[in-house]
Order: sequence, then C-alpha cells, then structure tokens
Amino acid sequence: MSELAQSALPGAAYEGFVTVAEAGLRGMITVRGDLAGLAGAVKDATGCAIPAQRRVEQAGAKAVAWMSPDELLILCDYADAPALTASLATALSGQFATVANVSDARAVFTVTGAQAGDALAKLCPVDFGAMTTGDIRRTRAAQVAAAIWVSGEGEMTLVCFRSVAQYMFDLLSRAAQPGSEPKLYA
Amino acid sequence: MSHRLATGGRLIDRARDVKFTFNGKHMTGFAGETLAASLLANGQTLLGRSFKYHRPRGVVASGAEEPNALVGLGKGDRYEPNQRVTTTEVFDGLSAETQNHWPSLEYDLLAVNSLVPQFLTAGFYYKTFLRPRAFWKHVYEPIIRKSAGLGKAPAHDARDPDRYEQLYAFCDVLVIGGGIAGLQAALSAAEAGARVALWEQTVHWGGRAPVDGVTIDGQDADAWVKATVAKLESMDNVHLRLRCMGAGVHDHGYVLGYERVSDHAPGTDAPRHRLWRMRAGQIVTATGAIERPLSFAGNDLPGVMLASAVRDYVVNYAVAPGQSVVVVTNNDDAYRTAIALRRAGVGVPAVVDARAEANGPLVAEARAAGITVLTGKGIRKVKGSKQVTSVEICRIDSKGTAFTEKFDCDAVAMSGGWSPVVHLWSHCGGKLLWDEANHFFRPDAARPPLGTDGAGFVTVCGSANGDMGAVLSSAHEAALAAARATGATGNATAPSADSAPDMAPMDAVWMMPRNAEYELRMKMWLDFQNDVKVADVQLAAREGYQSVEHTKRYTTLGMATDQGKLSNINGLAILSDALGQPIPATGTTTFRPPYTPISIGAIAGEATGSTFQPLRRSPIQDWHDSNGSDPEPVGQWRRPYTYLRAGEDRHASVNREVANARTNTGLLDASTLGKILVQGPDAGRFMDMFYTNMMSNLKPGKCRYGLMCNENGFLMDDGVVARLSDDAFLVHTTSGGADHVHGWMEDWLQCEWWDWKVHTVNLTEQFAQIAVVGPKARQLLERFGGMDVSADTLKFMEWSEGKLGGFDARVFRISFSGELSFEVAVPAGQGRAFWDKLLAEGADLGVMPYGTEALHILRAEKGFIMIGDETDGTVIPQDLNLNWAISKKKDDFLGKRGMEREAMIHPDRWKLVGLETLDGSVLPHGALAVTGGKTANKQAETEGRVTSTYYSATLKRGIAMGLVRYGPDRMGEVLEFAGTGDARIKVRIVDPVLYDKEGAKQNV
Repeated sequence: MSELAQSALPGAAYEGFVTVAEAGLRGMITVRGDLAGLAGAVKDATGCAIPAQRRVEQAGAKAVAWMSPDELLILCDYADAPALTASLATALSGQFATVANVSDARAVFTVTGAQAGDALAKLCPVDFGAMTTGDIRRTRAAQVAAAIWVSGEGEMTLVCFRSVAQYMFDLLSRAAQPGSEPKLYA
Repeated sequence: MSHRLATGGRLIDRARDVKFTFNGKHMTGFAGETLAASLLANGQTLLGRSFKYHRPRGVVASGAEEPNALVGLGKGDRYEPNQRVTTTEVFDGLSAETQNHWPSLEYDLLAVNSLVPQFLTAGFYYKTFLRPRAFWKHVYEPIIRKSAGLGKAPAHDARDPDRYEQLYAFCDVLVIGGGIAGLQAALSAAEAGARVALWEQTVHWGGRAPVDGVTIDGQDADAWVKATVAKLESMDNVHLRLRCMGAGVHDHGYVLGYERVSDHAPGTDAPRHRLWRMRAGQIVTATGAIERPLSFAGNDLPGVMLASAVRDYVVNYAVAPGQSVVVVTNNDDAYRTAIALRRAGVGVPAVVDARAEANGPLVAEARAAGITVLTGKGIRKVKGSKQVTSVEICRIDSKGTAFTEKFDCDAVAMSGGWSPVVHLWSHCGGKLLWDEANHFFRPDAARPPLGTDGAGFVTVCGSANGDMGAVLSSAHEAALAAARATGATGNATAPSADSAPDMAPMDAVWMMPRNAEYELRMKMWLDFQNDVKVADVQLAAREGYQSVEHTKRYTTLGMATDQGKLSNINGLAILSDALGQPIPATGTTTFRPPYTPISIGAIAGEATGSTFQPLRRSPIQDWHDSNGSDPEPVGQWRRPYTYLRAGEDRHASVNREVANARTNTGLLDASTLGKILVQGPDAGRFMDMFYTNMMSNLKPGKCRYGLMCNENGFLMDDGVVARLSDDAFLVHTTSGGADHVHGWMEDWLQCEWWDWKVHTVNLTEQFAQIAVVGPKARQLLERFGGMDVSADTLKFMEWSEGKLGGFDARVFRISFSGELSFEVAVPAGQGRAFWDKLLAEGADLGVMPYGTEALHILRAEKGFIMIGDETDGTVIPQDLNLNWAISKKKDDFLGKRGMEREAMIHPDRWKLVGLETLDGSVLPHGALAVTGGKTANKQAETEGRVTSTYYSATLKRGIAMGLVRYGPDRMGEVLEFAGTGDARIKVRIVDPVLYDKEGAKQNV
C-alpha cells in the first residue's frame, strides 16, 4: 500500500555549499546471520555478492551494504521491499538468519557537491578523505546514529532513524551553510 | 611613553587604518596588528587593574601568555570578558573596555588595597574572614566580590548571535606550532610520505625567527619561511591551518584544536570558532618557548615587559614601548632586544646583566653599537606610579638596601631566560626533566605519553624541547621518527645547518637582587594576574606548604585565565629555595587542557537551537502539533499530554478525553512504544531468561504481558509480547525504555550468551502503532474491511495481520485501559494516512485522540502499574503484587536471585494498594503516609508513599496508588498522608482496581 506511504520529510531540501535533500522512501531490509551462509540467498535476491567490510555492492537498482560481521542491509525500491523480505526469509528458512523490512524505520538524505565530505566532517567522526565510492561507515551525526556511504562522485547518502529526520535535516543544513566551508577535503 | 615608530613593522599595513574604541575613546591602528600593538601605538600603556590590589597594569607579553592586558571585547550580545589584547587581531569597529576597576581605570578607589598589601597576603581568604561567623555572608563576601575578579559575565539576557562548529579530522602526523621548527617538522614528515596537518595559533607562519633575525641556509628567516610554506602548500598530503591553537592532547592521539575563524571579522558568514577534533597517529609539538619575567621590586608596573615582547612590538608592528628602555637580563638573548631598540632609534640607557661576565657575540654586537652594559647588577626597584619613570640598580648579590646607579626610563625589557612550552607534551602524561644548563624543565624523551601500544605518541622539537640552538635538525629528527611510527617510509631531506649565533650560558636569577630584603620581596610580583608575590610564596613555605599543588591553591599562584604561563617556574623556584630543596624535587603543577581558554560556543558546536538535542518525532507528530497537542517529554519524544481545545484548560481537556474513551472511541498514538524482534532457534530460551514469567510456551498468534527485571531483581520494563512464529517474538517495551532494553538484550547476547542462536532487531520506528480504544473500537475497525476483528476470530490477547482497508496492518487485541481495545501497527510511512482515515471513518462514533495523561488515568482506574511511577529502581514485582507474573517453574531468569535476597523477601516491604481520600480530593504526587511517630533521627516516621495520583473523570473523585507497609493486609484502614505544611489527608486503603474489576468491558 505504498501509495499511502510518506517519507519523513517529503521534498525537504537545502542549497548550501553542498545540496542536502531528503531522498524519499527507500527499500531497506536488515539481514542478520553468518555472512558466508547468506551469500547464496543474497546473490539470488539482489544479484550482489557479500560486500567486504565497510563496503557496498551494487547491482542495478539493488545494493547490499556491510553493516557488521553478522549483519547486512539490502537496499532496493521501496515497493519491492515487502516481497523481497518474504522471499529472502523463505530462502533462508531453516538457517539461523533473520530478515526484517526496515524501510519505514529510516529516513534517507543525499548530500551532493564536491565538498560533501567537508560538510559531513562537521558532524561525523569519519575520515571522509579515506572513503571512495562504495565505501560505507556506520557512525553518528552529532547526537544520533547514522550510516553514510559514498553513493557516487560527489554524493553521499546518509541513513538515520525516521524519528530524527527533522533533527538530521537541520544538522545537515546548518553544516552546509554558505561561508562555513572548512576546506578540509575539498 | 609608548609610541608608533616612523618606519618599519613587518606585519602592518600602514596604508590601511583600523578604527576602534577603547573605553569609549576612539583610536586608530593599522591592519595586521594586534590590539595590544594598536593600544601601545596610541600611547595607552595602562590597560587594567590587578586582581587583588587593583594595581595599575599594562601589557607584559606579545602572545598567548599575557597575564595582564585582558579586556572585555564587543558589546551586548557579543560582549566577551577576559580577552587578551595580545592575541586579538584589531579590526574596524572593535570595542574594548577594561576590567576590574571602580570607578575608572585611571582613578581606581579600590587601589587602596595596594597600600596595605599585608592585608591580602597568601591565604588571606582563609585567615582573615573567620570571625565573626555572620560577617562572612553579609560583610566580607560582598566586599570581596566587588573588589576581586576579572571581567564581568555577559548580561543575563544576552544571546550569542554567532555560529560555532566542530570538525572531525584525521592525519598521520599532527604538527602543532608553525614556527620554523613546526614548518620543518611538517616538511620532513610530509616528505617521508605521512599525511600531515600543521596548526599555528597566530595568523603568521614563522614564529619568532624573523623577529630574532635568524639566518637559515643563507637566507633570512622571512624568506625561508615563505619558501617553506609555499612548498608545504604545494603538497597534497599536507593541510595547513592558521589561527588554530592546539588546545589539548588526549588519549589515543585525540587532539582538540581551537580555530578562531572569524574573531577578526565578526558578522561574516563564517562561523566564529571551530573546534577541531583531530585523531592523529603521532603528534609533534613545536610550540616554542615562553620568556620568563625577572622578580624585582616593581616589576608589575606598566612599561615593564618581556624583552622578547618588546622586540616583537618594535620589529613586527613598529611600536616602541617607551622613549627610553632599560634592558635587564640574565642571558644573551635579551641583547637582541637592546640591538633592535637601538636600530629603531629608541634609547637604551643600559643593559643590566646579572651575570658576572657577558661576552657572547650578541653582547659584543650590543657593545659595538654603543650600548652600555652593566654586569653583576640587577634592578633594585622600578619607580613610578602608573608608569615606569626610572629604575634603581644594585649589585645582584646584595640585599638591595641602596642603589648603585639610577636610570630615567619609561620602559623596562626583562628576560629571565626561557621556559619551553611543555603543556601539550604533559597533558597526557609526558614527563619532564630539569635542564641544569639552561635552567628550565624540558620534555624527557624517555618518558613520553603512551598510546595503546605502550609506545609514545607525542614528540617534541625545537625550543619546545629545549633545543634552543639546533632547531631545524631537532624538528627534522622528531618529525621523521613520528612519520616512521605511522608507517611512512619515504626519504626526507635533512635541513641545512641552523645558523643561530652562539650564546653564552645564562645564570639562574630567581630573585633580584639575590638577597633582597622583605620590603623589596613584597613588591616582587611572580604572578601578575593573581597578585602573588615572592613574599607570599615564601610565607606559604614557612606556614608548612610543601607540595607545589597545595601552594598553588593557597597562594593562587598560576591560577585563572593564564594558568601561570609566566609565573609557574619563577614561583616554584622561590618555593624550592624556601624549602631548601632543588627545583626538580618541587616539580611543577599539572598541565591541563586547554592551553588557553576556549569558548563555550566552540564546545557546544552545533548543539544550539533546533539542533540542541534530537527530538524524536512520531509519524503522526505533525497532526499532533497542529491539533492542540500540549506536549510532555517521554525520553526524547514529545508526546501529547493532552490535545487542548479552545477554552479548555489541561484538566478539562484530559477529563474529556478519558470520558470519551470510556464511552465512544479514543485514539492513542502509541508509535513510540518499543518494538523489538527477537528471533532464532534459541529465542524461546532467551525470552524465558529476559522475562520473569514463562514466554517460551506462548503460542504463535497469542500475546502475553510480561515483566523484565535487572540482575538485582528490580523491575525495569514491562509490556506485551506477541509470538510471531515458532522462532520469533515481538517484544513491546515502554516508550522510554526501548533503546535501553535493546541494548540490554545485545549486551547479554554479545557478552554472556554469545553462543545462543538469537538475533534482535529494533523495529520501534518501522511501525506506527495506534491504540483504538473504547466500546465502539471494533465498529470503527470493521468499517475499514479486509480483516476479521470479531470477538470470536480475534480474541483478547491475540493478534493477526492482513490488509485493513488497504493498510498493511498487524492488529493486537490488547488493552491498557480496561476497554475493548486494539493496537494496530502499520508501516510508519502509512501511519499518518491510517490516523487520518481513523478520524474520518470514526467521526460519527465519537472518535477522539487522547494524550498520555488520559492514558495514565485509564490505566490507573484499572489498577495497572506504570514503569517509572510505581517503579523507581528499588521496586521488585512482588512489591506490586505481581507474583502471578513470576514463574516458579523456571530454573533461572534475570533478577531471580536478586529478588530472593533477604531484604527483598522481608515482610516489612512497602506494597502496592489503592488509595482513596475520604474527602474525594486528589492526593499530592509523592505524598508520604506518616505514622505520627519519630524516627531515630527525629524525622517524621513514614509508612507509605503515593506512586500515582489522578482525578478520575470516570469515578468523579481522586484516585491513587501507593506503596504502603503491609499494605494489602490493611484493606479498609485509614492512613494519614502529609500535605503541605502541617496538613494531614485521611486516606483509606482500597483495592487498586477501581473500574470493571471482572474485566467485562475489555472482553466484549
């Protein structure tokens, strides 16, 4: 019933020295278990191999992010998440593995521009200079948890809990304010 | 009088005037200089009054070590006290005002303190104001508060309009200090291949070298600095930052940097300050050295300055501190000042050198320039009232009873040698050793601050390391070692030889003259900021103070904003002498971050306004906000306490909501409830350990209420568990407890039961959850269609899932109100649409949202406990008569052993009962039942307390629950509860379940 569904801050955007935008609803599925044991089912469901530590594997509209030694995050279209969750759960039944659709628990933002790392470095204890496309970090932004990956050239995608979307948007907007460029990485 | 020189000034732009005000007086300076330079150029040498004695004070130093010249900067919202004029870049529109005087800087009536300095000697606070006792509060304290102190706090309603931010950064080698040592260190580390960051606290690279006229590699220092900076700027692996002070070194290579981004240009878009949170592999400190004052009588008069500062002002800013400057020293370095003054055309009547002989190259140069050099002499006394007028000279080894020469002058340049800036080395435990030749503490390379690997992570170079001569090679070696420690393997070019002139050894002079009599000693200032004199430290020693830390607190030596940057070494030398022990036996006080004070704004960073703290918003929050929500904090949520309507107060609003839920349909946004998925082959076993009751035998499709205790047996959280499948449970927690419970589960799984096959996933925010409550609740849900929610299909304490009118719903038939009730979970994204639809579909059923207060009243009428009301961390389930929820069949569960301890099974424990006032009034929150007797401590003896108390709109009177000694055995008994003052409220003990005891309403 995704036509009834709304993201946390539909259309929210801020133009600073980088652009901050709420990315709308995204499909997200948490998969926990022995990563090697998950490989077959994950490959079938997404076309992606198990990502290396702190990496994201991508195949078309789907991607798989490394979250911890026993946790993956599958990224997909929002509408596809329930069915994909169900099929993964079926494929993994009998194994010690847990699959949960968490798409609605999250808010997603993109931070775009050459200085995206400079803006985020004000909030996250992450070495953005050491991150390349496809790298992901689980970290915090000021006082809340966040996951950030380099989703493209000059683009970072940030995921946080849905309830703190407004706080996150305010943080990111403030960090992107013109004139406050720290010129650390770019 | 201090004045501007006609030519020179390497850092000023004479073409650009800068206009500012000082105590309301308009003044003009040049762009590129500090406020201190501008003030001196305007002849303003009197810049403040001292802390205790209100003595006139002027600028002593030229940098971060300045103790005296503190002013209040800015006005109104931008006013900031205690700012050092020596580190303030002057800008157009700057406004400065002096501090600690009354009524004015020039005529300070409180300077009377100075006439009777015995009155305020060491420990005066402790000794003087003891008797009579009552005088402290009413007489002494008000007087001291008026007379003592530095700047004023900003106005109570001032709000800082500037922005501040923090920045996380990473590097292999962080070099702190951008003098020639720091520049060389950065270059060497970068050439070796390390990722390097270099911070300089001032706005210029190169430090003292260009002022001192050092030659490097055949070029003058300025040219070398320029070339080296250019080279560093061209390297990809180097990040340079000016106006950025290394504030503190912490464990794990964590360094705080304080960047004053726009102090010099207020009101621009840039943040004012930026706090760097740097994680460095290795730290190289190249923080230089600070010159020491000499202790002679009258050394605190305006016009007496550090010799290095004098030449800074002359060379950098073309400012002379006076027309005629006497130089007094115990070392060769101060001759540079004499030479610089002479070159600038300023009179130098004499250099007074404490040493018996003075023959180094710089001394020779000074003599060749025609400067008179007196050896074996010192200053007996500086004469003058608000400004130096002359100095009296005496033999250094004398008592100073009479002078041998006297010079008229309006300034004195003093040098007592140099102290390496060892602060950053020391912050994390680096040790010091006493350098006998140079009379200073220097870092002991054998005892550095240690990292997790047991190896040092800070290296010191240049004069910060006491390497006064071979600065560049010292820097190169330190940086290369640091780079190697981070894994860099490249080659770095060794620097060409330094070409600093040879220096003859200095002579330690801790007091001038060495055998000075008391009258002189009580006018020799050690700590200018805190008015501590040689005589004070000697008195403290006589009174038994031996530890340098104790002496610091007793005398106030080295306290406040400058933390003794000038005074510490001189003070502990005097203390050592008084105690008859060598200086290293006395040791130093502890060096603590920050190096100089940093702004609170920088520490707060982004945590102001809407980003002060994260406020969690439910998917339905926007509706709440625009429909009268009167919020209350629940964890970081702001849940509606009630939804106020026009003309209603809280009380009326809550009563309306309660009555409606009991008669029509109430809606509660329960999205904040914790929802944790527990799944895996061992999930049942895990649930049995987590809950006090049995959960493993719950059937899929069913719900069960359960209690969670901590290891001590105290009730921690409660909620309804739904079994989703054979291997999966959904745990509902309290709103405030969700994150804690999830963390607690992971703690046990990761640390204790690591081999159990259980996963937990916190799904709290995946679902919007709405309680649909009241006699017409089913009717409302049936209108959605798609799911059978009839009494026969979905029984009490069951759940089912499906499409409810197109919504992806999981419906739990549970009740926390005693009414027929469903909690419907839908994906959070659908939450608002579902809420809107409930309101629309239920309009004719009297659907009405209710807030947390109505929720509380509905549950209290039913005698349901609430975590945080009936529990406070000291309550076990048995106290709440919840024995039925404690399994006797299970071998173990968290808290089982805790609740079997003697104190927990004692019959005297206070237990839950209902409380009913005889007059129907509402009991005060937390009211205590009093017996009328007294305890051993002569306090009123109590036998119970109120845990929940409300006005019941259903029963039309006050209702309450409470914990009472032997409570359940005393049904019907009337107790007295203490009200305000002597008021006593008569209360009958009753059953806590006051509404629908048999549960007929929820079971329809």
